[in-house]
Amino acid sequence: MPTATAEPEDPLPLSALQHWAYCPRQCGLIHLEQAFDDNLHTLRGQAVHRQVDQPGMEMRKGLRIERALPVWHDELGLIGKADAVEFEPDGTPYPVEYKHGSRHKAADIAAADDLQLAAQALCLEAMTGHAVAEGALFYASSKRRRVVPITDALREQVRSSAHAIRAMLRQGVLPPPTTDTRRCPNCSLRDRCQPQAWAALQDTGTAVRVFDVDEPDAPA
Amino acid sequence: MQLLNTLYVTLPDSYLRLDNDTLRVVDEDKETRLRVPLHHLQAVVCFGHVGLSAGLMHRLAEGGIALVLLDMNGRFKARLEGETTGNVLLRRAQHRALDDPAFTLQAARAIVAGKLRNQRHVLLRGARDTKDETDRQLLARAAKDLAASQRAVPGAADLDTLRGVEGEAARTYFAGLNRLVRADQRAHFTMDGRTRRPPRDRMNALLSFLYAMWMNDCRSACETAGLDPQLGLLHALRPGRAALALDLMEEFRPLADRLALTLVNRAQLSEADFETREGGAVLLCGDARKAVVTAYQERKKDLLTHPLLAESIPVGLVPLVQARLLARHLRGEAAGYVPFQMR
Repeated sequence: MPTATAEPEDPLPLSALQHWAYCPRQCGLIHLEQAFDDNLHTLRGQAVHRQVDQPGMEMRKGLRIERALPVWHDELGLIGKADAVEFEPDGTPYPVEYKHGSRHKAADIAAADDLQLAAQALCLEAMTGHAVAEGALFYASSKRRRVVPITDALREQVRSSAHAIRAMLRQGVLPPPTTDTRRCPNCSLRDRCQPQAWAALQDTGTAVRVFDVDEPDAPA
Repeated sequence: MQLLNTLYVTLPDSYLRLDNDTLRVVDEDKETRLRVPLHHLQAVVCFGHVGLSAGLMHRLAEGGIALVLLDMNGRFKARLEGETTGNVLLRRAQHRALDDPAFTLQAARAIVAGKLRNQRHVLLRGARDTKDETDRQLLARAAKDLAASQRAVPGAADLDTLRGVEGEAARTYFAGLNRLVRADQRAHFTMDGRTRRPPRDRMNALLSFLYAMWMNDCRSACETAGLDPQLGLLHALRPGRAALALDLMEEFRPLADRLALTLVNRAQLSEADFETREGGAVLLCGDARKAVVTAYQERKKDLLTHPLLAESIPVGLVPLVQARLLARHLRGEAAGYVPFQMR
């Protein structure tokens, strides 16, 4: 690899943070291998985003709303779009991200949504100079908001995840599948990931057994 | 995983056009013969003289649906390539692997091991199923010889030695294959070893035709997995040759052989379905080609349990699963390549 002057790294899409929180390998498949397969869940997600402009979406009255707003953070190297940002009368931005499914997801999976929202908050702070103390996730099935305080812990998690994803992209090595196998059946990239095969391939004997004469001879 | 359909167009002088989001097949009398919604298709394969509209070609390229042109005998002529979807890092890993003789040799050994294992499986199963004692003994003997070849694979010191082991095993195996043909069909379907370009007997003509179809699917599988199908490990690089697709196909040849035997033993094909040309080349006739294509399509729908995935998938998706496993190994994520094992 020619290493002249270091080329500036591409900014990370905000969605990479969510992919990373869901499963580092999923993040690697998408951002390192450019894999993307649709499944029921991704199609539902796209459908929800098409609905963002539909009436019936509960937004707070009297506030200026920017939809599909480009957001970025130069220092952290993040870029993305916020589904909707409500602007308080004093100019404070309040991000609202749309998700398909219900408000009552498993806590650890909902945490991936929180992380993406926190990343949007950090971008909006850097862009506007206003502090963003909270945002909300709007779940399409429940038609309800869940308010998310942008805590110091979440902010730190955005920074550390961005750092970890960059390290992965630099090394170019795909992380192992998540140990939380409950997440695999709903993952659109399961066929590419081959989590069951990965487990078998970690067994050093697998590659050797290829050369075994495994069926007994027929009786002469 | 979803197995989408491949449309094989064997009707001479037919014309394919785009009709909203549907592909329409029109025959030479302008009669519509078939309509297929595009979202059901993963590939369109045309045999011989078939026309298509530019509008359809655009739509196929856009939808990532492969378009492959073959001659009447199933030999590859051309394919329409959409945007490069392959991954540059994976292709670099392929080049690196080829620059590492030890890595290449070990991967090639695994490929040959997979093929030999499946060939032996075909013979052993035949030995178990036959009622003729002479056939049983000959098949058991051939399987024993193949086991010896299998044992020689890990120690093959270089690619040429390995190809030698493979060639010797192939002679043993194809001699044994004759014993798997139903006794009353043997007069018409005995092979004198494997002959190709052109095939010199009926069985070879049938095998060549089936291999050509498997080959197209293996090539597509390489491309879908982001692999460059020309960068082979076992097969030497030659301009225009999909050497890696040939590598991937080795372990599937015995599956094609089994399908050929089924077609002959169930008398779905007879001597009348083949044409012997002046000088000795043998070809599969038009209508029989259609029957073989149909049988291959049906075979691809059969479900089997993949040993490494521990789940049941259609036969038609096995090449893609294996191409992905090969990609993992090339990227250094798996200690070796693990070929598919017939059960």
